[in-house]
Amino acid sequence: MSAVVEAPAELPARKASTRKRLVPYWLLLPGILWLIVFFALPMVYQASTSVQTGSLEKGFQVTWHFQTYWDAFKEYCPQFVRSLLYAGTATLLCLLLGYPLAYLIAFKAGRYRNLVLVLVIAPFFTSFLIRTLAWKTILADGGPVVHALSTLHVLDVTSWLGWTEGHRVLATPMAVVCGLTYNFLPFMILPLYTSLERIDSRLHEAAGDLYATPATTFRKVTFPLSMPGVVSGTLLTFIPASGDYVNAELLGSTDQKMVGNVIQSQFLRVLDYPTAAALSFILMAIVLIMVTVYIRRSGTEDLV
Amino acid sequence: MPVIKWLRRNLVVIAGLATLAYLILPNVVVMVFSFNKPNGRFNYSWTRFSTDAWKDPCGVADMCGSLSLSLQIALWATIGSTVLGTMIAFALVRYRFRARGAINSLIFLPMAMPEVVMAASLLTLFLNMGARLGFWTILIAHIMFCLSFVVTAVKARVMSMDPRLEEAARDLYAGPVQTFVRVTLPIASPGIAAGALLAFALSFDDFIITNFNAGSTVTFPMFVWGSAQRGTPVQINVIGTAMFIIAVVVVTAGQFIANRRKNSAKA
Repeated sequence: MSAVVEAPAELPARKASTRKRLVPYWLLLPGILWLIVFFALPMVYQASTSVQTGSLEKGFQVTWHFQTYWDAFKEYCPQFVRSLLYAGTATLLCLLLGYPLAYLIAFKAGRYRNLVLVLVIAPFFTSFLIRTLAWKTILADGGPVVHALSTLHVLDVTSWLGWTEGHRVLATPMAVVCGLTYNFLPFMILPLYTSLERIDSRLHEAAGDLYATPATTFRKVTFPLSMPGVVSGTLLTFIPASGDYVNAELLGSTDQKMVGNVIQSQFLRVLDYPTAAALSFILMAIVLIMVTVYIRRSGTEDLV
Repeated sequence: MPVIKWLRRNLVVIAGLATLAYLILPNVVVMVFSFNKPNGRFNYSWTRFSTDAWKDPCGVADMCGSLSLSLQIALWATIGSTVLGTMIAFALVRYRFRARGAINSLIFLPMAMPEVVMAASLLTLFLNMGARLGFWTILIAHIMFCLSFVVTAVKARVMSMDPRLEEAARDLYAGPVQTFVRVTLPIASPGIAAGALLAFALSFDDFIITNFNAGSTVTFPMFVWGSAQRGTPVQINVIGTAMFIIAVVVVTAGQFIANRRKNSAKA
């Protein structure tokens, strides 16, 4: 900005303005270099790994073996479908659960607003692994939660739907989705709260003055205005949830393995690097395509 | 039916409080089970009350070592990513230059990528370079994934700053350094603090990326992960409770300071 102001064509001034023009590049250099070397370059390495063949003992060579992609996709298709299904369900649940709480903080909490915000943020700082392990206690077989659900015949319905098995919740899809929903809920609430808080409360009054019922006000005024929060919230929950393997490992059984579990075990236990690399590229492609389509559809491209 | 009427009128509040309960429930369980005396290796079911674990929080082999390692990594990752991220944020908001679009997407992409993908690709890089996995590879990875979040947090604050304040400082004969230290930095500091706090929490808690790039080094989340297989000591719940309490105090203090600033600015 100031470079434009100091435009006189004298020689020393021009020298100074050249130096000033370089300022943004010097500011960007270290951080961007870090991202290029440790984010972009690894992707290139992984791309090359995914088209290699060989074994750990004899070494891997680039042979442009694209078959790996197809084989990996075919073999682990159920895990891909399950990951997207679980992540999608968890995201939807986060939206349904998170919206009232974000709304409560933004409009109804009054002087308790800061207290509620602290209670939403504070779990962030407690190790999420410890909290996920706590769900093992909460959902334990014969525990109060399972007992209540089975007395209310909820478990009969969910078992019929295939979400639970008999009289247990742990080691079933329901437990994994519950863990995912819980773990990513703050990532939904905070963007929702930020966008709700920006809404001018006079708009609500205006809607009321024009004889809109609370429900209509919500549908026509509040919800549309909170769309940026809805979009960034769903992205912030869906993307990490689709690659998560912690919840499936701690709360599920071998029948609930997600694609993250497969990538992790291929990379760290089986040591089949090409398959692992191909799997993570397929996951990345699916997620990026879904995110792009979603952002286009919801029309908030300037968001990112 | 007055009860149903009352329920209908307060539906949002009830639903919101239910979600809040869902969010807090595991923390309560962690707190309660930090006073348990478990029977066996796992601390998953209640046996009887005991304060043993609180009296001897470091009584488990390797746990406090992993905790201090995690704290060190989180501290350095916070410093690294906050400095680099703040520089990027200022460059993006304050200057027009070529390649802005490309740089914006380079910063957005790490946030739009499942962690496991980044973790795996970083590991391929380190394996290809023949790097020894451990403290440095973890730190490099943490600075990388915290960077984007810091940039976003600081950018939001700098964007809402009034550039006329800095112009005024210059008109009053403040040098560039003086303007930056006395005017720019204080106004941007809530954004920088939020970014740093976020970076600290993300780094301290990260498991997925660390799991891939740590080699045989064990951070605190990795210790907890391992204990889910080997047996969970009560001390883990003690640390979890302590972290929750510290977080509540820190976040409350932060809001208190922010509120007081806002009030004194009004006065």
